[in-house]
Amino acid sequence: MSAFSGEWGAYLALILAGFLPNEIWRWLGVIFARGLDEGSEVLVWVRAVATAILAGVIAKLTIFAPGVLATVPTPARLAAVGIGFLAFALIRRSVFAGVLAGEAALVVGALVFG
Amino acid sequence: MPVPPATPAANDPPPLSAVGGFIAGFSATWTSVFSYVLFGTYTGIGALAHDFGFSLPWAVLSTILVWAGPAQVILISALGAGGSIVEVALAVGLSGVRLLPMVVSLLPMLKRPETRAWQLVMPAHFTAVSMWVEALRLLPHEPRGHRIAFCNGLGTGYGICALAATVLGFYLAARLPPLMSATLLFLTPLAFFMSALRNSRMLVDRLALAIGLVLGPLVAYWHVGLDLMWSGIVGGTFAYAVHRVREVLR
Repeated sequence: MSAFSGEWGAYLALILAGFLPNEIWRWLGVIFARGLDEGSEVLVWVRAVATAILAGVIAKLTIFAPGVLATVPTPARLAAVGIGFLAFALIRRSVFAGVLAGEAALVVGALVFG
Repeated sequence: MPVPPATPAANDPPPLSAVGGFIAGFSATWTSVFSYVLFGTYTGIGALAHDFGFSLPWAVLSTILVWAGPAQVILISALGAGGSIVEVALAVGLSGVRLLPMVVSLLPMLKRPETRAWQLVMPAHFTAVSMWVEALRLLPHEPRGHRIAFCNGLGTGYGICALAATVLGFYLAARLPPLMSATLLFLTPLAFFMSALRNSRMLVDRLALAIGLVLGPLVAYWHVGLDLMWSGIVGGTFAYAVHRVREVLR
């Protein structure tokens, strides 16, 4: 943050490096969504692309983990996601059950292999 | 006018007040699993901001303005580690690509012929994984007349929850054991995954999800620029192609 040190520099950095590069995609979305209606076939493709990108975010956050999450070994993180998936599939497709089981598996993995 | 005026009136119940739609959206957040997930995720983000030396007002403002978990994690950790503005902006910009197709697929569900572009700016700003997933699930049951207000209510409800968590996480930071912080950070990928699974009912969505999971990290590993965008376009297009072929064969 050398060029942007100090309290005001941090806010300027928030606008330039956080808000604008992120928000631009939402504004572009407003522009591109013009003239498309709900039933249009293009939207099936757009949704598939959005879903694939989201899947990429999920996998990257798991494999290239941020912050202290990186201290839990990668196999333990992957196994925790797998166990979460199993719980989701077995317990009435419940998001809550999947999240809970995955988190429990992560804690166990961190304690045993960490 | 190509559409006879009687058709939309027959499809839509009498126009509901914007306030009613907003309240319906706002109330929906209380029963949504995402409120808990957002609370956990943003507790982690608040704690991260504290650990990297940012102030509480800065952390709160980043939640209001950026409103995207992964982007904020990147912003805080990269900026805090001394990354240059351009470098950080690029990383945040790449993580935000996913918002474009989300906004493009959401807005046509909100629009009516008389809707103005500025009315869609707030729903677009509120669009993030949590809001997108829930909006796609809940909107078909809402009358079109108040869907914009519904989305604004949904976004505001989640936003308040995230803001409270940002403040809490900031104050808890010094007291959180590392394993606790790790579980909070792990909430984001887990909850994104489970809710994407739940929303994938059609083959095309399931395929896109499965391919994206494999392709995303592979492309990132090869250090191809714009990795999320490429894996999204390739994975999504392939899934869509399979879907088309099946339709034709049927």
